[in-house]
Amino acid sequence: MRVVVVGAGPAGVRAVEQLVRSGIEPVWIEEAPDGGGRIYQRPPAGFRRNHRAIYGADAKRARALHAALEALKPRADWRPDTLVWNIRPRERLLDTQTAGRRRATVEYDALILCTGAMDRILPIPGWTLPGVTTLGGAQIALKAQGVGIGARPVFIGTGPLLVLAALQYAKAGATPALVLDTTAFATKAMASAGLLWNLPTFVRGLRYTAALRLRGVPVVEDATPIAIEGEGRATALRWRDAGWREHVTPCDAVAMGWGLKPEAQLADLAGVPFRFDELGHNWIPEKDGAGRTPVPGVYLAGDGAGIGGAEVAELAGARAALALLEDHGLPSDMVLRAHLDGRLRTEARFRAALERAFPYPADLARRMDDATLLCRCEAITAGDLRSAARAGGSEVNRAKALSRIGMGRCQGRVCGPPAAEVLSEALGLPLEQVGRLRGQPPVKPIPLPGSA
Amino acid sequence: MLTRLLDQDRPSLSFVVDGGAVSAKQGDTLLTAMLAAGLGHMRSSEFGDGERAGFCWMGACQDCWVFVEGRGTLRACTTLVQPGMTVRRR
Repeated sequence: MRVVVVGAGPAGVRAVEQLVRSGIEPVWIEEAPDGGGRIYQRPPAGFRRNHRAIYGADAKRARALHAALEALKPRADWRPDTLVWNIRPRERLLDTQTAGRRRATVEYDALILCTGAMDRILPIPGWTLPGVTTLGGAQIALKAQGVGIGARPVFIGTGPLLVLAALQYAKAGATPALVLDTTAFATKAMASAGLLWNLPTFVRGLRYTAALRLRGVPVVEDATPIAIEGEGRATALRWRDAGWREHVTPCDAVAMGWGLKPEAQLADLAGVPFRFDELGHNWIPEKDGAGRTPVPGVYLAGDGAGIGGAEVAELAGARAALALLEDHGLPSDMVLRAHLDGRLRTEARFRAALERAFPYPADLARRMDDATLLCRCEAITAGDLRSAARAGGSEVNRAKALSRIGMGRCQGRVCGPPAAEVLSEALGLPLEQVGRLRGQPPVKPIPLPGSA
Repeated sequence: MLTRLLDQDRPSLSFVVDGGAVSAKQGDTLLTAMLAAGLGHMRSSEFGDGERAGFCWMGACQDCWVFVEGRGTLRACTTLVQPGMTVRRR
């Protein structure tokens, strides 16, 4: 049986581990030159910081995952630096490109997609200025390159990553000028009972905020970012506090992010249907609790199948592999299966509370000024999209054809969620009725070698 | 302004951007090396709305494309700098 695993983050590593245990040697494809995923991304060769210095409280998990990754590489058909840019589900074929040039097709009987996530963004004026990055980007800069996006950055958004990234910067010597959380403390407090399902994570969040304040970093809640200012680079954030007073905070960089969104384009191409997840406020591919999709032979695990975080991704990766083995009549560990099912159920309750505690500020997206650049690829404004709505753009793919929103180089990865909010408001339709941008091959641009 | 903070005691190397020599450290991505050298941006938006310096740092947004001699258009955030590499911004 030809089994292919796409992705070598927490979900992919644990999926391959279970497959190898059962005597399967999967083709293991990773887009990055190294495995680990984004949370446990490693610096390239030559960096010397140890796990404790890079991953802090997650050092133990990171070390264990990296050890498993290295042990599994020789036991699989390991193909790093390889992008799966298309899936042909009827023929059960993947189209790949390695090192930006070598093309190949890979046959599969069963496929586990562990494609991860990226930051969910709220465009504000100035967000395309040099010096502005995603929250995840700011973390990767520090973790994998030892650099800060600035010496005096501002962090805006909401969610567990916001205070964590800000504290990592403070400890590295780039003290944030401001941490702006769009969520009110009361919203977070209301969800706190549910957050107790994962007490250590909950307590960590509170501790990080306290630690930031101890270091003199202003942490404001229930605040609104108005604009990033600067000529040719970000030099200040204009924002409004809960009492509607305006402030300008000078800075030399801005990191932004409001939770995560699945990178689910490959699931889409594999023919997996999607549903709108009210709680996570995201479109997610359909799967059962074990990672089976309605498409025979296709399994999903990790953040690419709905946001759960790195810890859940490890559980879900193992679980999806066990489901695959079971479905194909191969021996799989039943004790482990029961254990994983229990853990995943508990974690789902925690995730539900987390989503309630850190909501996407949909109202800010819906009220975005006409002049605000919504799509950074093609410089399309919120006003352009509203015109497309008036011209008959009754759902996102129709609006895409009319306005080019989501048609650019990132294919709607960044602008997708806020664009759906703007369209939903303009059309007076519920968010789920304006739909989602369909995935198109190639899922990422595949530059022609040597092209100018 | 991108700032070198930790783990920067690595051997130096030199590469070329828009005809000028730029100093980098082994293990830098093109994005890190060019921004840390004070080059400020990676590309200009084709739509005249200003310069861009990447955004996601994880190969998703495609906003840090540069042209590398002999290799074509690449994402600066996922490409390690090599000695003698010749980069053009556009």
